Amino acid sequence: MAKLKYERPIIKRLESNMPNKFGMRTEFEPITHLDGVAVSELVAQYGSPLFVLSERKIRNTFQAARQSFESRYPRVQFAWSYKTNYLSAVCNVFHQEGSWAEVVSGFEYDKAIKNGVDGAHIIFNGPDKSEEDLRKATTNNSLIHIDHLDELYMLQDIARETKQRPKVAIRVNMDTGIYPMWDRFGFNYENGQAWDALNKIMFGGQMDLVGLHTHIGTFMLSPNAYAIAASKLANLAQRVQQKYNHEVKYIDMGGGFPSRNTLKGAYLPGIDTNPTIDDFAEAITSALMNSEYRPKTPPLLILETGRALIDEAGSLISTVIANKRLSDGRRSTILDAGVNILFTSFWYDHKITPAQEFTSYTEDTVLYGPLCMNIDVLRENISMPLLNKGDKAVVHHVGAYNMTQWMQFITLRPKVVLIDMDGKSHIIRNNETIESIQNHEETPDHLVHFEL
Amino acid sequence: MKIKNNIAVSENGFVFNPASGESFTTNQVGLEMLNLLRKGTDKEAIIATISEKFDADASLIEHDLNDFSEMLKQYHLHQHEES
Ligand SMILES: Cc1ncc(COP(=O)(O)O)c(C=O)c1O
Repeated sequence: MAKLKYERPIIKRLESNMPNKFGMRTEFEPITHLDGVAVSELVAQYGSPLFVLSERKIRNTFQAARQSFESRYPRVQFAWSYKTNYLSAVCNVFHQEGSWAEVVSGFEYDKAIKNGVDGAHIIFNGPDKSEEDLRKATTNNSLIHIDHLDELYMLQDIARETKQRPKVAIRVNMDTGIYPMWDRFGFNYENGQAWDALNKIMFGGQMDLVGLHTHIGTFMLSPNAYAIAASKLANLAQRVQQKYNHEVKYIDMGGGFPSRNTLKGAYLPGIDTNPTIDDFAEAITSALMNSEYRPKTPPLLILETGRALIDEAGSLISTVIANKRLSDGRRSTILDAGVNILFTSFWYDHKITPAQEFTSYTEDTVLYGPLCMNIDVLRENISMPLLNKGDKAVVHHVGAYNMTQWMQFITLRPKVVLIDMDGKSHIIRNNETIESIQNHEETPDHLVHFEL
Repeated sequence: MKIKNNIAVSENGFVFNPASGESFTTNQVGLEMLNLLRKGTDKEAIIATISEKFDADASLIEHDLNDFSEMLKQYHLHQHEES
């Protein structure tokens, strides 16, 4: 007689119907395939852990977001926020879809150029642009978003010296009713700094003021904050038009829309509660159209959306290393992917599902990564089906920020693969090897040898 | 380890402790182990019985049985050993 399938024994107390801190059981289906490719096959071919990106999901999400804005406003341009995920293959999917590049450092700027983005389609943000960066961006006709007065003066000097006219915008920070207010970047609206900077640019006469920019925060849950921000930028544009008879060509609302992840501490899943791109599009475009700013052509509306366009396209496959019982009786499961490659586990209660069939039994579980560090926790409380050593789990919606903010720490960083529109997988970033790390090190001669 | 005599266990894995009023569920392997423990079966015999019936090797079953016994203690379903 064939033996029965073994599942490790569990016993669970039945609580009264109150949801406990482990939440309701949310995942009823194993995710055995990503874009039609079996998780087990991906692991066999590329190893574990493994980041997997879906080209189809990126394109679909992008096209839906563009549609949300273009159905409400005539002139819309997205610029891909490089810091959110600057793997070249990912950037180029966005560029193929028509996105410009939004960069915040000389490194990211050079990466956009290497990817083949025309300088005039690069938006250069951030507080740290070197003189060399600014010269290069000026020569390439890039859109330079001035962050502070020192930068404004440096750029003015460059313009004077090189007889070139830098194309500039200023970054504006403001009160949009959101706490905490991001006031460390750009010029403040309420206290008049922003207006002051605009006057300096217009009076100086050496730069082309082409736009106004703001980025009010990230994972913002309030469309109304964007409406306020758009009105304030439109108001500045109108004052410039009135005083100088000069038309600001674009209004750049930055990024900050939430993805469908669930923030830590949220009671309900983000997928049900976070506002959608449509909500933000409605708030922003209405505010612009209802404003007093009436140039001959409506200003181009630029969006630097990052997280909301890529989070859902990324998954992280991981393998169970071991199961343990904690002293308080909770189950703990150790996975081979840690917080060093899944930085967003500090932010989100990531959805994590087994990649093979399971029964209806679950246990309140703590999911740990493999690092020898107390902070290495992927989920503090999750009601998980029973996983055995060697089983695979999929962490969902990890496409934003993880593949740029990850650290090489204790373990080596894994491969990233992209599944294309035909279901074919491609390595888009190779795993690190000991050589990738050692090649950057030098050992002085007198430290090469030792005896123990 | 022995299980308290008054614990009620149904065929489909529903477990009731009349002393505390608490109820529990257990899965198929858990139910087998619980019933064997109730009969006072020793560890080696339990492992042998389970490995005959289910597709798993003895070392895994032993590991899981230890873990399961810990959980039974956590829930106060075991008999206090006489010292
Ligand atoms: C200037 C700027 N634009 C766009 C973004 C992208 O933001 P998000 O990923 O929240 O959409 C950021 C992120 O920090 C940013 O600083």
